[in-house]
Amino acid sequence: MRRLLQVIPVFFGATFLIFALVYAVPGDPIDALAGDRPVTPAVRAELRHRYHLDDPLFVRYGKYLQGLSHGDFGTNFRGRPVAEIMRQRFPVTIRLGLLAFLFEAVVGLAAGVVAGLRRRSLVDSLVLVSTTVVVAVPVFVLGYCAQLLLGVKLGWFPVVGIREGWRSYFLPAVVLGSLSLCYVARLARASLMEAMRADYVRTARAKGLSERRVVGVHALRNSLIPVVTFLGVDLGSLMAGAIVTEGIFNLPGIGQATFNAVHTQEYPTVVGVVTALVLIFILANLLVDVLYAVLDPRIRYR
Amino acid sequence: MPSIPASADVTAAAPVLSVRDLVVEFPTTDGVVSAVNGVGFDLAAGETLAILGESGSGKSVTAQAVMGLIERPGRVVGGSVAFEGVDLLAASSEDRRRVRGSGLAMVFQDPLSALNPVWSVGFQIAEMFRVHRGLSRREARRRAVELLERVRIPGAAQRVGEYPHQFSGGMRQRVMIAMALALDPTVLIADEPTTALDVTVQAQILELLDDLRAETGMGLLLITHDLGVVAETADRVAVMYAGRIVETGPTDAVLSAPAHPYTEGLLASVPRGQSGREERLRPIAGAPPSLARIPPGCPFHPRCPYVIERCRSERPPLALLGHEPGAVSDLGTDRPAFSARSVPRSGEPPIDRSPPDPAGVGWEPAGIGPESASADRNPAEDAQKPAGDRQGAGDRQGAGDRQAAGDRQAACWRSGEVGRGDG
Amino acid sequence: MSMSAPPPDAARLDAARLDAGAPAREAGLWSDAWRQLRRNPLFLVPAVVIALFTVMAVFPGLFTRTDPRACDLSRSLLRPRAGHWFGYDLQGCDYYAKVIHGARVSMTIGIATVAGTALVAVVLGTLAGFYGGIVDTLIARVTDVWFALPTFLGAVVVLAVLGGNGLPQLTLVLVLFGWPTMTRLMRSAVLTVRDLEYVTAARALGAGDLRLMARHVLPNALAPVIVYGAIRVGIVIAAEATLSFLGLGLQLPAISWGLMIAGAQPRLLSAPHLLLFPGLFLSVTVLAFVLLGDALRDAFDPRLR
Repeated sequence: MRRLLQVIPVFFGATFLIFALVYAVPGDPIDALAGDRPVTPAVRAELRHRYHLDDPLFVRYGKYLQGLSHGDFGTNFRGRPVAEIMRQRFPVTIRLGLLAFLFEAVVGLAAGVVAGLRRRSLVDSLVLVSTTVVVAVPVFVLGYCAQLLLGVKLGWFPVVGIREGWRSYFLPAVVLGSLSLCYVARLARASLMEAMRADYVRTARAKGLSERRVVGVHALRNSLIPVVTFLGVDLGSLMAGAIVTEGIFNLPGIGQATFNAVHTQEYPTVVGVVTALVLIFILANLLVDVLYAVLDPRIRYR
Repeated sequence: MPSIPASADVTAAAPVLSVRDLVVEFPTTDGVVSAVNGVGFDLAAGETLAILGESGSGKSVTAQAVMGLIERPGRVVGGSVAFEGVDLLAASSEDRRRVRGSGLAMVFQDPLSALNPVWSVGFQIAEMFRVHRGLSRREARRRAVELLERVRIPGAAQRVGEYPHQFSGGMRQRVMIAMALALDPTVLIADEPTTALDVTVQAQILELLDDLRAETGMGLLLITHDLGVVAETADRVAVMYAGRIVETGPTDAVLSAPAHPYTEGLLASVPRGQSGREERLRPIAGAPPSLARIPPGCPFHPRCPYVIERCRSERPPLALLGHEPGAVSDLGTDRPAFSARSVPRSGEPPIDRSPPDPAGVGWEPAGIGPESASADRNPAEDAQKPAGDRQGAGDRQGAGDRQAAGDRQAACWRSGEVGRGDG
Repeated sequence: MSMSAPPPDAARLDAARLDAGAPAREAGLWSDAWRQLRRNPLFLVPAVVIALFTVMAVFPGLFTRTDPRACDLSRSLLRPRAGHWFGYDLQGCDYYAKVIHGARVSMTIGIATVAGTALVAVVLGTLAGFYGGIVDTLIARVTDVWFALPTFLGAVVVLAVLGGNGLPQLTLVLVLFGWPTMTRLMRSAVLTVRDLEYVTAARALGAGDLRLMARHVLPNALAPVIVYGAIRVGIVIAAEATLSFLGLGLQLPAISWGLMIAGAQPRLLSAPHLLLFPGLFLSVTVLAFVLLGDALRDAFDPRLR
């Protein structure tokens, strides 16, 4: 409950910040909208009124929030509801993000656990070296390499677009999830190693439990706590980070839409998307808090 | 000596746990370190043996080695740990696992970190029954409640679902004890069970352990650095220094007439209210040696007030003093004879776990010559005075105070005791 | 965002104090860390690589005599060959010279950004951790808000607001979205140090707040920030390249690895060297900083030793 209360100022703060930033952008959006055509003063006044451009910042923000409260993200300068753009674009990004999330969680955890259990083994070194290298390679370089190798040379996966359904998402998801995967693997490895050194694991051994039970029941659950925290927070950043991946693989997702919107100064769209992302971030964090309490009774009973 | 019969009526004579020549090594940046170097002792059913030592003396490592809990890169490189006649060090890891918890159980120093924070205490106790006995969830939970009641946790039925952090320190240690006792182990190893607790709670936990030992007839191996705990609880005590046992014997005897200068130093460095006269505490000079740089000869010699030249190059052999008539028995000539049977403490009714000793009175200690300083043999040549003499000196109380230093210097070598000389 | 380092395998002797009795070394955190680092190849190798790239950024002339802007369209997209190991780009410029000159942007932005971020973080983190109370709450709330903003989209918007895409703007944006993590780190480090006995002792001796912070708290709370800072340089360099790649960072004709990679995109198949060389340099630079941070963490964290 206290967390819920803390979340509220974060939401307002973040959305207001982005709102203020966007409307501080120099240049008249009406000019951008009109392009080369002359705009009569009357039309200009009408447009300015419709988009509340003449109101002071706070009033505009208030009106924006008012609309938001019944699901209205506003309309862009071409008269299209932002909510509609998002409805169209978000599924692509969500599919991409979830697949990347799945990839990062499953593969990252598995690699981290195996490495953590066999410290200093070949597998461990392999995980350490490969995660370090992948962290160092920027996403777009990685994306191109994957495209070139797996897509073009080997022809296993489609390179661009989403025409082939889930298969089209595979490569972008792997690329998008790879960076976080490294963090997950390293975090899981470190925290499992720490748990394995803990006194309660020694106790579990002293109880005559099998090694499988020592790890699975006693060490793993403790070491999952930091990993779950990271994964939860990362769910939001995956959606936001999709902007690069969507660019490389030409996926018509929310990242691309935002990118285009910035270039055409369609600020209502930008604000809408950012608002949605902030919401996702906040929800993911609340989810983490809940999971945290499930995993760690010390949080639950306090 | 006849071989030890296995029949039930003499189990008290046959130790349930018998450790010989245990060596545990740890590789460190300074080279391989022997944290435990040739430790041996016996523990009989129903008996309390305290292993006394400062931190770094190797007592906890000994306990962990007995349990089979030494973790990489540490290694048990030698010796034997016979539990009910079976050498655990030679057993398969699966067999060892089965013994852990059911035959040999352990209570750790800090119950907060030793209990898993994310499982309820009930789950952690019930786990013993579920894993080792295959009981149903419900039945295991019922037994867990019983155990919590047995260790005198109020409101056990309500508290069984709570988590370790919801208990006080003393209650947590009771939970640990309940868990260790779940399967009626033959031997309970308690590694500094009261160190992390408030002083007032310490006595309660010790009392509980002692009561449970008396009830179940299990052997209790008490690892501690606290002389008070030893005096309160132990039938016998083994003093460790720098990875070796330097002295062992019945508690009263060792505490009243320490043979090894280190034990004497320990005693002199804690207040003993009983003497009534003004006493000054005398700390032992210096600090325990780094295990990576154990001094040659007797490891205690740099701190020993009675040091003589011989101590710098040779380790005095371990032999047993006949502190009390009839208290000590010999376990066979091919073994280091440092096992003593328990001696009922004064003021306590004798417990029937100490059958008559056929072997005779006061094992004669050996002043072992340096060239035959292997404790694996029981050398006959005794060029020095017998132990009885030393014992006499000890009985006069406050041996260290009154004896001339010269007397004491000879004592280490004369009367046995003390360090083991198998390098 | 912690990348765990492999804990050096300290033999864990519960009871055995291996070093007890050893002559007490007069060793502070810093000298101790340095002693350890000097012998660690995982520190020395990245340090040498970083030194190399720094020299490359300051004196590109030491590495190439060729002017990266002296281009000859007739050589457009030529593959690597003797004398021109990295080949030519679309405009027929010598690609080796371009890649060498690209180091300047990356190193400048990496170091300037992290310096700026660290300044903000150390000031805010120390204030929050040292004083607690309202100051702490206020700073914590602002970091919370900042955390909730999606970094890349935020950067994109801010860049649009600033209306320019030069190095200063990029640096500002990267500082703007980098300070919260570091501030939190600093705050928790200060919190752990603040209540240590020697600080209390210094306070009891009448040291003022400023002196306390500068003399006693800061030097002992700085280690995590330095570790993260090293890794952060790598992250920032990658971020600049990404922004430039997206067309939101530096604009042509600036020379930047990110821009070069962006230019390679349409010709992945016909001219893969255009991706390979800047990608390699970029990755090695980032890797060096990440490894450096890992090595520093191992050195500063006595627990892992």
